[in-house]
Amino acid sequence: MDPLVAAASVIAASISIGLASVGPGIGQGNAASSAVEGIARQPEAEGKIRGTLLLSLAFMEALTIYGLVVALVLLFANPFAA
Amino acid sequence: MIDQLLSYSKTTNLAALEVGKHFYWHVGNFEVHGQVLIVSWIVIGVLVLASAIATSNIQRVPVGFQNFMEFGLEYVQGIAKDQIGEKEYRPWVPFVGTLFLFIFVSNWLGALVPWKLIELPAGELAAPTGDINTTVALALLVSASYFYAGISRKGLGYFSKYVQASPFLLPLWVLEDFTKPLSLSFRLFGNILADELVVGVLVLLVPLFVPLPVMILGLFTSAIQALIFSTLAASYIGEAIEGHGEEEHEHH
Repeated sequence: MDPLVAAASVIAASISIGLASVGPGIGQGNAASSAVEGIARQPEAEGKIRGTLLLSLAFMEALTIYGLVVALVLLFANPFAA
Repeated sequence: MIDQLLSYSKTTNLAALEVGKHFYWHVGNFEVHGQVLIVSWIVIGVLVLASAIATSNIQRVPVGFQNFMEFGLEYVQGIAKDQIGEKEYRPWVPFVGTLFLFIFVSNWLGALVPWKLIELPAGELAAPTGDINTTVALALLVSASYFYAGISRKGLGYFSKYVQASPFLLPLWVLEDFTKPLSLSFRLFGNILADELVVGVLVLLVPLFVPLPVMILGLFTSAIQALIFSTLAASYIGEAIEGHGEEEHEHH
C-alpha cells in the first residue's frame, strides 16, 4: 500500500476511535450518576432504574462503536489500498 | 524445561490473528460466506432442539427445562408488551422473540464454543453476528416489519405522519428511515466484532488468564446487545402502529 495512504489511515484510525470515546464517556458518566442518585432517593425502584440505566448505556456505547467501526475499516479493509 | 517450552513456541503457532478472510461458497451467481452460514445453521439447530425438548412432555405445572423455556418466552413477551402496548403486542411476539433468541444464542455460542478446533480451508468459524451481512439482513428485516406494521394498520395514511407536525420535518423523517437500520446493524456488528478482536489480540499477547475478564465482559455486552436489538425493533413497530387512541394511555 502507498506509504502516504498507510500513514494517513493509521493516524485517522487512532483519531477516530480516540475522539469517539470522549462524548459517550461523559454521557455515560452522567447517566450513571443520575441513576445512582435515583436509587439513593428511592431504593425500591432499583430494579427499574438499573434496567433503564443499562439500556441507556448501550445506546451511548453504540456511538463509540461507530467510531471503532471506522477505525477497523481503515485498518483491515482499507478501501484505498492498492 | 524452559528450552522445550521455547522451542515449542517457536515451531507452533500458539496464537494468530487474522481479519477479513472468508470461506467462500459459490451459490449460483453469488459468493456467500460459508463460515457464517455454518454457524447460523448450528444456532438454528440449537434453538429448534431446545424448543423440541422443552415441549416434548408438556406438563400443566412446568418443571425443569420446560420451566426455563417458559421463562424465556415470558421474557420475550415482556419485551414486546413493554414496547408495543397491551392491546397489539401478541402478533409480534414471534418476530421480536426470534430476533432476541437468534442474536443472543449466536453471540454466546460465538464466544463460548471452541470453534478453533474445527479447521476450515479458509477463514475461521465465529459468531454469525460478527459479519456485517448478517446484521444488515436483520436490520433490514426490522425495517420491512415496521413499514409493514404501519401500512397494514393505516394504509397509505401511514405516510401522513411524515408531514403532520410540520412539513419541514419531512427530510428528518426520511433520514430517520435510513439511519434506523444503519444504526441497528452497526451497533450489533461493531459490538460483536470489537469483542472478538480484543479477545483475539489479548490471546495473541498473553494466552493465559488475562483474556478471561474481557471474555466475560464480552458475554455480558453481547447479551445486552441482543436485548437492545429486539427492544428497538419492538419500539419501532409500536411507534408505527400507534394511533390517536394510544395517547390516553400515557396519562397515568
